Amino acid sequence: MSAHLDSHKTDDLAASIKSYLMGFVLSVILTAIPFWAVMTHHFEKSTTLSLVLVMAIVQIVVHLKYFLHLDFSKEGKINTFSFLFTALIIVMVVGLSVWIILEANTLMM
Amino acid sequence: MSFLGKLSLDAIPYHEPIIMVTLAVVAIAGLFIAALITKYKKWSVLWNDWLTSVDHKRLGIMYIILAMVMLIRGFSDAIMMRTQQALATNGAAGYLPPEHYDQIFTAHGVIMIIFMAMPFMIGLMNLVVPLQIGARDVAFPFLNNLSFWLTASGAVLINISLGLGEFAKTGWVAYPPLSELAYSPGVGVDYYIWALQISGIGTTLTGVNFIATVLKMRAPGMKLMQMPIFTWTCTWANILIVASFPILTAVLGLLTLDRYMDFHFFTNEGGGNAMMYINLFWAWGHPEVYILVLPAFGIFSEVISTFTSKRLFGYTSMVWASGVISVLGFIVWLHHFFTMGSSANVNAFFGVMTMVIAVPTGVKLFNWLFTIYRGRLRITVPVLWTLGFMVTFTIGGMTGVLLALPGADYVLHNSLFLIAHFHNTIIGGAVFGYLAGFAFWFPKATGFHLNERLGKASFWCWQIGFYVAFMPLYVLGFMGMTRRINHIDNPAWNIWIYLAAVGAAIILVGIILQFVQLYVSIRDRDQNRDTTGDPWNGHTLEWSTASPPQFYNFATLPQVADIDAFTDAKEKGTAYQRPKHYQAIHMPKNTPSGILMALGITAVGFAAIWHILWLAIVGLVGAFIVFLFRAYNNDVDYYVQPDEVARIEDAHLNHVVRG
Repeated sequence: MSAHLDSHKTDDLAASIKSYLMGFVLSVILTAIPFWAVMTHHFEKSTTLSLVLVMAIVQIVVHLKYFLHLDFSKEGKINTFSFLFTALIIVMVVGLSVWIILEANTLMM
Repeated sequence: MSFLGKLSLDAIPYHEPIIMVTLAVVAIAGLFIAALITKYKKWSVLWNDWLTSVDHKRLGIMYIILAMVMLIRGFSDAIMMRTQQALATNGAAGYLPPEHYDQIFTAHGVIMIIFMAMPFMIGLMNLVVPLQIGARDVAFPFLNNLSFWLTASGAVLINISLGLGEFAKTGWVAYPPLSELAYSPGVGVDYYIWALQISGIGTTLTGVNFIATVLKMRAPGMKLMQMPIFTWTCTWANILIVASFPILTAVLGLLTLDRYMDFHFFTNEGGGNAMMYINLFWAWGHPEVYILVLPAFGIFSEVISTFTSKRLFGYTSMVWASGVISVLGFIVWLHHFFTMGSSANVNAFFGVMTMVIAVPTGVKLFNWLFTIYRGRLRITVPVLWTLGFMVTFTIGGMTGVLLALPGADYVLHNSLFLIAHFHNTIIGGAVFGYLAGFAFWFPKATGFHLNERLGKASFWCWQIGFYVAFMPLYVLGFMGMTRRINHIDNPAWNIWIYLAAVGAAIILVGIILQFVQLYVSIRDRDQNRDTTGDPWNGHTLEWSTASPPQFYNFATLPQVADIDAFTDAKEKGTAYQRPKHYQAIHMPKNTPSGILMALGITAVGFAAIWHILWLAIVGLVGAFIVFLFRAYNNDVDYYVQPDEVARIEDAHLNHVVRG
């Protein structure tokens, strides 16, 4: 019984290390690409900027999945939904507020 | 700075006869109640069984009592405004000088929203939600007690402002720059800030508590999509609370820094932007009105399905409509300030979003109509409130869609048309709902029925009074009359102002009848006992308990397999079963920590208002010490023994058999 539990634990540990390593490698790649693009001026400025932005967003998702373990499993679901909800509220309240005040400022200047 | 900060005997408004008479009446009433409690030796009962209680049912009742007390205060303000305007026509001055009148309309708004509607809603939620999901209490019973006392703390502060100093003269929204120190140097805005801040934190904690409760403590077998509809609408409201009340906390915090520490978030001179206050205030304020009305929608759904003896039509669409309203309710707030002058695109976006909300609300209305269709509707008091709501709220909703057009709003902004609109939705929607819920669950909470005749009379006074009081305001709005006017010099408005005052008087009769109804019902309680616990042939689990429910709610946790869990049990014949033996029940102990912590926090608020540094420190340290004692106390729970459970259950089940 205990042997079974132990093997279960090692399995978990291995899976967990694998997941962190995977996340780390992906993050390094996702950082290296924009770094390379900026340093070498390989693309137009606007292309570089959008590349940095896209890579950053992808990296956020990588962090959420591999480091914060947000997923849609039975145990992880509640965390994922709270996170999505928080993100939604922030995008709506902060995003719309910025839009509202900037547009008002433009008209007043 | 002196020992008492800005506080001195000058803070008492001796020269205001209205206030002094009010204070005298309150003092006499308070002494009378204290004398009664002493005479019947009920102080220890009051303290041990109520003020320190962590029982969600008792907290619910205390919330509703708080709401009713504050209703009297808020409605007095309303009557004073209506009579002032009716007397101050044709250039007359009326009896309320502007600086007093301004405090009255501010207090009316703050009290009715924050200290009447919110406690009423949270009270009904406390009373019913744990019972509906088959739980023994909320997830955090002590936190629930603390939430109540923080709300009460805010109510205490706002009432102190009546006799010490002044209240804000800014309107209930307290927009800067008017609410900044330069234009409101008195303590009025500080009373506003601290009363809202403290009660707002209590509300946030309630939201967290109830979300945890419905997620973690549902009866075995109850899926999320099997929760009773009232529980669902409360859950959406709690999600909105958790998402929006922190915005209020933050924006009040920023205003506090402006007023106390010379910051410049909202001042023009220091580079701040007052528009940001307005923006953030309504980013809380608009979800707030949905927090108020969603649980009312749930109440109407329960009432309609119970009294037609049918399952609610379109349960799933009802849940999702509430969800859509919650999300959309979060992206419409700019319609409160279309005239701020953001761009046409911004106004168009928020205008369209506002109109779209009418769609899920319409879905709900049709669901109620289809529930009634081919049902046999029993015309009881809760049903009357529901029918009154369906007509009144529809009118309010349509005037809302009108106001959602930015072009129309530029004409109607801040006019009495707006006042008529939001009273039409908040009274016709939220308040009618709470009063329906009050009549519906009263037998459950107390064990006896309310007097039906007086209830109906009260309903008709409210309903007729509402139309007489508020329809003239729509007309006045079209005639160009703006809100918050102290005296009137346009003769064309007079007749409508008089009519509105008559309407307010009719509503007053309705409120008086409500209290008479309470008195008569309590007096005749022995003739009107509800012995079965299920007076209306209810659908959901709260009706499976005794009236009032056993303090542990359920001796054995019910197994749920249907939305209408209790109907299901009655049909299968599994209701009222007597198990062979009972298990011990794990229960939380009552604690004075909540009321003591709130006492400390109240002292902090009072000290901050009057700039009394030592009192603020004493209050804060005191509250923190109580918190530490509570946090390190392990003696917080106990077990109800099986023989006691058996005795209580047998008594209840014997009543059911006889009934």
